[in-house]
Amino acid sequence: MNQNNTTADRVTIVLHSGDMDKLYSALIIANGALSMGMEASIFFTFWGLQRLQKGGLEKGPLSTMHMFGLGKWMIRRRMKKSNVASLEKLMTDYKELGGHIIACDMTMDIMGIKPSDLREDWIDEYGSVGTYIRTARDSSVTLFI
Amino acid sequence: MAEFKVDVRGETCPVPLVETRKALRKAALGDVIEVIGTHPSSKKEIPMAVEALELELLSVEGSDNDWTIRIRR
Repeated sequence: MNQNNTTADRVTIVLHSGDMDKLYSALIIANGALSMGMEASIFFTFWGLQRLQKGGLEKGPLSTMHMFGLGKWMIRRRMKKSNVASLEKLMTDYKELGGHIIACDMTMDIMGIKPSDLREDWIDEYGSVGTYIRTARDSSVTLFI
Repeated sequence: MAEFKVDVRGETCPVPLVETRKALRKAALGDVIEVIGTHPSSKKEIPMAVEALELELLSVEGSDNDWTIRIRR
């Protein structure tokens, strides 16, 4: 199998948003990249970092039409009907396929989040912009979500 | 050489692609993976992944809504 990828064969995503639908986008793209033989990194920062809190993965609101939770409830019902995978499954698959996760330590300071508040089993690295740039400069695809 | 079946019937994006990749990672060189599914886009995207991974696509059969893809690692 093609496991000796060049460093440029990597997707790096900044997940700034904590919205449920945007986390779906990030994890679906990242899993797609891993499935097609690329490497993938997601840099969880600002509201995105909250999704790494214990029990926080599925807690994000909808980016639009949230309507105090009613919109999210409706979308979730439709997603269930269409048999869309849960964020928990997508995250488990992402880690199984070797997906890399960076947690933003500045966001942790601002929001008073300790490593023990986070799903440390998912996190490969804590870092700031330098860690992101080091990863992004060797990526053929970078996205800000 | 072993043969593995991956049943992703009823699953939607990105599960068929991801489950195929997971099975390929577990397979040994020369093993055959048979994926059966119903998600239309995956019928053309799994072969794209097979090409990107430089593996051998043995066959793609069936309709867009009911297909079987065979891959040799």
